[in-house]
Amino acid sequence: MWKTIVRRILVMIPQLFVLSLLIFIMAKFMPGDPFTGLITPETDPARVEELRIKAGFYDPWYVQYVNWIGNAFQGDFGRSYTFNVPVSNLIGDRALNTLWLSLLSVFLLYLIAIPLGVLAGRFQDTFLDKSIVFYSFIVFAIPTFVLGLINLFFFGYELGWFPTSGTVDIKYESGTAGFVWSKFYHILLPAITYALLATTGIIMYLRSEIIDSKSMDYVRTAKSKGIPINKVYSRHIFRNSLLPIAAFLGFTITGLLGGSIFIETIFGYPGMGKLFVEAINGRDYSVITALVMLYGFLTLLGSLLSDIIMSIVDPRIRID
Amino acid sequence: MKNTEAIEQTEIKVSSPPTGFQVIAREFMKDKLAMFSLISLIIVIGGIYYWASQIDQTQLMRISLRDKLAEPGEKFWLGADKGGRDILGQLIVGARNSLTIAILVTLITGFVGVVIGLICGYFGGLIDNIFMRIIDFFITIPSLMIIIVFVTIIPKYSIVEFILIMSLFLWVGTARLIRSKALSESRRDYISASKTLGTRNIVIIFKEMMPNLSSILIVDMTLNFAGNVGLETGLSFLGFGLPPSTPSLGTLVSYATDPFIMENAWWNWLPAAILILLLMLAINYVGQAIRRSADARQRLG
Repeated sequence: MWKTIVRRILVMIPQLFVLSLLIFIMAKFMPGDPFTGLITPETDPARVEELRIKAGFYDPWYVQYVNWIGNAFQGDFGRSYTFNVPVSNLIGDRALNTLWLSLLSVFLLYLIAIPLGVLAGRFQDTFLDKSIVFYSFIVFAIPTFVLGLINLFFFGYELGWFPTSGTVDIKYESGTAGFVWSKFYHILLPAITYALLATTGIIMYLRSEIIDSKSMDYVRTAKSKGIPINKVYSRHIFRNSLLPIAAFLGFTITGLLGGSIFIETIFGYPGMGKLFVEAINGRDYSVITALVMLYGFLTLLGSLLSDIIMSIVDPRIRID
Repeated sequence: MKNTEAIEQTEIKVSSPPTGFQVIAREFMKDKLAMFSLISLIIVIGGIYYWASQIDQTQLMRISLRDKLAEPGEKFWLGADKGGRDILGQLIVGARNSLTIAILVTLITGFVGVVIGLICGYFGGLIDNIFMRIIDFFITIPSLMIIIVFVTIIPKYSIVEFILIMSLFLWVGTARLIRSKALSESRRDYISASKTLGTRNIVIIFKEMMPNLSSILIVDMTLNFAGNVGLETGLSFLGFGLPPSTPSLGTLVSYATDPFIMENAWWNWLPAAILILLLMLAINYVGQAIRRSADARQRLG
């Protein structure tokens, strides 16, 4: 067990290294340097030059790379040009917003997908099953931004059920119940959109898992012992089918990260995805490199998590 | 004498297993919705290409402030945008551009993916190991973000560069799929037999092994095509796709990022969003039907 995890983490290190190298090379191709943001009409060009030398701007590239990665490990990604604050502070604020959104999305995702998957599997080939399969096909085919916009248009603007942008109403003070509710209310629509889009994988997996379990010996034994059919499903089949679903968690995180760029832009939600688009549009390169690195790290962490859960659930895939 | 010949012939017909295309055709005959999707896709795509060729693009993109945000009516069937440009014309040309890019990216990634996948699967060993590490790396990076960064830092950015950047990150899926199939295929007897006969590797790979993987490839490329339409329009929606002067379905949808237009001028973005939605549904549905026909256990017909 531990062997698998350790080996899996060791595989991650070279991947992170190559990723950081790629990002570093990309950063070198971007115009400007960390001092472009500090230049004002009163700055003496000689002073900027001095700063550049001091910061190692003219060092060989590998020295620069080592310095950059060393700083990054200490959480120092430089300063943002457009916001003029340290990148880590900027990302810290936004990351919390993205975290809340992701948590609610994952919760809603499992809340929607598990009952649908169980129902589709249990009542296989009925009208209910066919409708659920059709639903999951449709959400699989819809691109994120199209569903996001349509939801925003109908539920946000036409029906007016949800706020159309931001994280919280300004009229509430921080810490009150109204504040928390308003925050929840603002992330509800983006989270539902997220959750709906991700349901396909879980529904189809759970459905086929349950259909397979139906013909298993342990189910037949349970039935022949006279256990009520509902209990066979809720106790025996459901538990066995649910474990592999847990492994989807890692992939879900990876998917959420990619989708956050679209969802946060559409719903005007100030998270990391929106920050990335803003940084690209403002050519704020220190923020861009930090975000790409962070997303890369989180993506790797997601797949690591999936593999670990998988190896706990299914001992056959462990490496010994 | 004639009679026995006829009988023999019918027997031969019955015993020969249906070929790939017959199986796919049968699946479509059974699944009416898939048939409907396929026919309407062909009509819509053909119509878009024909219609777009009739539209004068410079005339279309000319700004006329008098028609700013004109509502749908006699002059503009689907209204006009902020610059008074006809939405319907932009929709047709944009759909043509989006489809062309998606088709080209699908073909490029399909070609690269098949060649790399077949070579890795057939030879195995060191080549396979090297490519698998590269593929693993591509799978674990946040490719959407890196595509966006590439798009913004490349000087002299145009459609060609855009297609190449997309292809650079999208061949991995196909390569991995084809590799895993080729790996099991290369252990089959007919490959060993051919090797013993002294057939050259390149002939075995492309003339003997590849036809057996064609159905999987068709499925994969159809689904990739849908994915590429989604990705291109998504990138253009964010403003990192086609250059602004070239209409794309994504650019049209991106008019909705202006809350005023979103609320008051639905004709600016909703038709494009619905067209994307319908295209994606139809292509995916056709892809699913072909996938079922490729897998004997799931076939309807």
